[in-house]
Amino acid sequence: MAEVAPVVLLVEDEPQMRRFLRAALEGNGYRLIESTTARDGLAQAAGRNPDAILLDLGLPDGDGIEVARRIREWGTTPIVVISARGKEQDKIAALDAGADDYLTKPFGVGELLARLRVALRRATRSADGQATPVFTVGDLTVDLVARRVRLGDTEVHLTPTEYKLLTTLVRYAGRVVTHRQLLKEVWGPNAIEHTHYLRVYMTHLRHKVEHDATRPRYLLTEPGVGYRLQTE
Amino acid sequence: MDNRPSPEALLQRLREEEARAARGRLKIFFGASPGVGKTYAMLEEARAKRREGVDVIVGVVETHGRAETTALLDGFEVVPRKQIDYRGVALEEFDADAVITRRPTLVLVDELAHTNAPGSRHAKRWQDVEDLLAAGISVYTTLNVQHLESLNDIVAQITGVHVRETVPDSLLDEADEVELADLSADDLLKRMSEGKVYVPDQAARAIQEFFRKGNLIALRELALRQTAERVDAQMRGYMREHGIREIWSAADRILVCIGPNPLGARLIRAAKRMVGGLKCDWEVLFVEAPGLRISASDRAALVENLQLAQQLGAKTVTLSGLNAAEEVLAYARANNVTKIIVGKPTHPAWRDMLFGSMLDQLVRGSGDVDVYVMTGDVEPSVRARGPRVDRGAWAPVGHYVWSTLAVVFCAAINLAVFRFLTLTDVAMVFLLVVAVVGSRYERGPTIVASFLGIALFDFFFVPPRFTFAVSDVSYILTFGVMLVIALLISGLTLRIRAQAETARVRERRTAALYAMTRELAAVRGEAEIVTTASRHMRSTFGTPVQILVPSDDRRLEVPVGTPLAYPIDDKEQSVAAWVAERQHIAGAGTDTLPAAQGLYLPLVAATGLVGVLGVRPSDPKQFQDPVALQLLETFASQAALALERAMLADRAQREAVAVEAERLRTSLLSSLSHDMRTPLGAITGAVSSVLEDKGTLSEATRRDLLKTALEEAQRMNRLIANLLDMIRVESGALEVQKEWLPLEEPLGVALIRLEDRLREHPVSVQLPPELPAVPLDEVLIEQVFINLLENAIKYTPAGTPIDVSAVMQDGTVRVDVADRGPGLRPGDEGRIFDKFYRAPASSAASGVGLGLTICRGIVTAHGGRIWAENRPGGGAVFRFTLPVSPPPGAGEAPA
Repeated sequence: MAEVAPVVLLVEDEPQMRRFLRAALEGNGYRLIESTTARDGLAQAAGRNPDAILLDLGLPDGDGIEVARRIREWGTTPIVVISARGKEQDKIAALDAGADDYLTKPFGVGELLARLRVALRRATRSADGQATPVFTVGDLTVDLVARRVRLGDTEVHLTPTEYKLLTTLVRYAGRVVTHRQLLKEVWGPNAIEHTHYLRVYMTHLRHKVEHDATRPRYLLTEPGVGYRLQTE
Repeated sequence: MDNRPSPEALLQRLREEEARAARGRLKIFFGASPGVGKTYAMLEEARAKRREGVDVIVGVVETHGRAETTALLDGFEVVPRKQIDYRGVALEEFDADAVITRRPTLVLVDELAHTNAPGSRHAKRWQDVEDLLAAGISVYTTLNVQHLESLNDIVAQITGVHVRETVPDSLLDEADEVELADLSADDLLKRMSEGKVYVPDQAARAIQEFFRKGNLIALRELALRQTAERVDAQMRGYMREHGIREIWSAADRILVCIGPNPLGARLIRAAKRMVGGLKCDWEVLFVEAPGLRISASDRAALVENLQLAQQLGAKTVTLSGLNAAEEVLAYARANNVTKIIVGKPTHPAWRDMLFGSMLDQLVRGSGDVDVYVMTGDVEPSVRARGPRVDRGAWAPVGHYVWSTLAVVFCAAINLAVFRFLTLTDVAMVFLLVVAVVGSRYERGPTIVASFLGIALFDFFFVPPRFTFAVSDVSYILTFGVMLVIALLISGLTLRIRAQAETARVRERRTAALYAMTRELAAVRGEAEIVTTASRHMRSTFGTPVQILVPSDDRRLEVPVGTPLAYPIDDKEQSVAAWVAERQHIAGAGTDTLPAAQGLYLPLVAATGLVGVLGVRPSDPKQFQDPVALQLLETFASQAALALERAMLADRAQREAVAVEAERLRTSLLSSLSHDMRTPLGAITGAVSSVLEDKGTLSEATRRDLLKTALEEAQRMNRLIANLLDMIRVESGALEVQKEWLPLEEPLGVALIRLEDRLREHPVSVQLPPELPAVPLDEVLIEQVFINLLENAIKYTPAGTPIDVSAVMQDGTVRVDVADRGPGLRPGDEGRIFDKFYRAPASSAASGVGLGLTICRGIVTAHGGRIWAENRPGGGAVFRFTLPVSPPPGAGEAPA
């Protein structure tokens, strides 16, 4: 397939980091636009219409979170934040501002490419306007049309809430979904403070769909931030 | 005897000098009367200073239109007067704040004794001058002898003119320089006749009276003597400074006893003159009998007298007790008083015979203390300070009615059974009734009862019956005895009642103070101390109480976490700031800033100011009562001590943290140089090998080298994460954000994170399904799991299993991470949690030895405990507990 190489906008002020990312991305079939400041990053994002944006938070002329928020005011281009800030509050702030994913430096190329693929897939899917009717990862199959969940050959019986929780994660498969977001989508806007509901149901869900609930393969915890449904 | 000054005295002098260096210098141009040329002398000297290049400005100078003075003013910068609006009249006043803002080296402020316009910050100009001095600005000022507080009444005696504007003697005593502007009486009169002395028109006659030659000579003598005394004091100070033994050696201490009457002031002034001669400490004492109600005017006079005493440099004390003589003597003995000064008794001698003489008691009990009796209280109506009770208090009407009824009833009974009784029996029965009334009611009803009893006895029983006439004169004696006995009984009863009242009041105060002190001893932290102290003071005094503490930038603030008792606006804040700066009481009911709503007291402890206490009494006079003020001060000093304790504890803790941080830093640096360089060395080596490869390395070797580099980089990342965690734990910045969640979650994340490195260690997890959700910080507890598992990986041989389990135990959940490694060496159980401790066997293992310390910090921050022990059957087990509590709104989760 003579696919057009996806264009990635990299907003990052550190030259070493840019060099590494340039090598990694161009070596893997991406085209790269580079930008070193928040202001220029915003202009490039608007002017060049990239397929995805890799955004550093600590920029010389502003905060990356603000850049993400500004981009979200007019566009849906997937944004993956790359930052040395490892605190959970920073991650949540970036996700709340509209970032699709968050990678803490240092990270490996494999991880970066995986996150980028997820982000690009979401963009394609929302462009198509419909979600995949059947989601599969490992043994786990979620049939959104038939409302069925299978683990290998065995059918898994979920309560309505568990099912809703699972399908919400399926909708954002591969991406971090914050606790707030999950609570809001599954229990409604009044429940966003009651994270222990979420914890309890997630434990139940894991016991049903994971082979070993203490070492989950599919329903991953992003400590202090939220959950992520593994896609590959 | 050693002639040199004691170290304490030297230290004291050094402190005084230091304080003086920061303060401005005060020079007073002192004169006997207006017109002697003080202002002139001041301006002359100011001009000289200006020529020397000193920054001199004129704060306020009254020229009174004299041309020669005005000429001297020429060329000086003059501070504009401040306009004060007082009831629609614009008044002009000296602007001390403008001077402080302008910060000259020297400012001229004429007429020190001037009274400021109402609405100014201070009532008196000398208080403004004190502010200027405190701000480090030197002041030249002028003062006439008749304005000096201690000489005030002497001047009044000499001249017949009573001067209201006075200046405390302490100001003159503490002035750095006093220059006498002297002019003979004849010259002054000549100047007057030439019109060179300013005489205001409206007071011309009084002034003329004042400027009689006799007066002028007497005033001049006073001024000269005052100046001479000062020189004498300077001489003494010089001798002391230079180690010359003083001729005066006995440390005298004088106690002046005053009563609640306006003329106590004379006693105080007389005493001050005596003190001035002796150069010693003195105190003014008032003994208040609690049962005794003092009239409002006497109370006001007392307050004024005590304030006067303070202005004259005395310490004032108010004691509470029924027997004044005993209280005075007890105080004198406790405070090494050598001389007691009392006023001459002015009441009639029979009173002393009846009720005992306070003076007599004082003299007899004085022992080796001298008692001086001076002319002071001349008012004949003055209440003696004996154990006497207020007769002004009106007894309730009911008491009169009951006592009358009792006597009438008694008369009726007597009348009924008269035929069986002798006249003596009847008299006895009447006496009994009067005695009963006397023992129950106040003096008024008792007197009514005795007179009524006598009248009824006389009318109904004494022959000739049914007339008031008396046939036998001896009955008169009976009447007299009845009256006296009634009075004596009622007197005794009232005295006992008053004593009980004294005891009760004392008891109540002591109890209130004790309750606060006890509670303050138990609480920790500034906010709690402030809340507790405020609450006790509010309940004792019935006024809102607000304690302000200095913040880091020295501003006074309501302590964080305490309620606001009453609004503190900018004005109140500025009063409080003044109080803090000068460490002197100010605000409502005082001379300084009386327009404020609140009264502010400095909270001073051993290390200095710790805060300001504000009270907002509904009646500003509440704390003019010395007893109330003294009690408030006692409460304040207790609160100050508690606050100081909290601040010191806080400081000690901060210092301990700083020391510990310093130690950590040192260990960290030495540790880092080794532990960071090792992985860096491996990375540098591996990457440079690949980079400089000229095709000799096999593909497998290249991969191997790069893998090493990656692993070492990851190791460094972990190291840095550990260090960051450590710093967070150590600095107390560890924020525990608890959420209720199953232990599986953090454990699961840890297991996945360590997946690669756990390949050689089978991990078994035993979490009972009934384990509740535990309130914990997900990220931090995950870190605990990671560190404990890493520890097990590091110290146990490959292939040995790791067991993770949890049980409920006494309201906590206990987690065990157990291995089958070599176990702990004896003595290591406690030490392994110490910073930078590494078991010797682990020289090969990487890490700075922070992992377990971080675990302990995190677990402790959760309110849990962590420890390690050897496992039966070999290996070590690390156990930690986390307290469990039900989640908020822990019903069931919505479906």
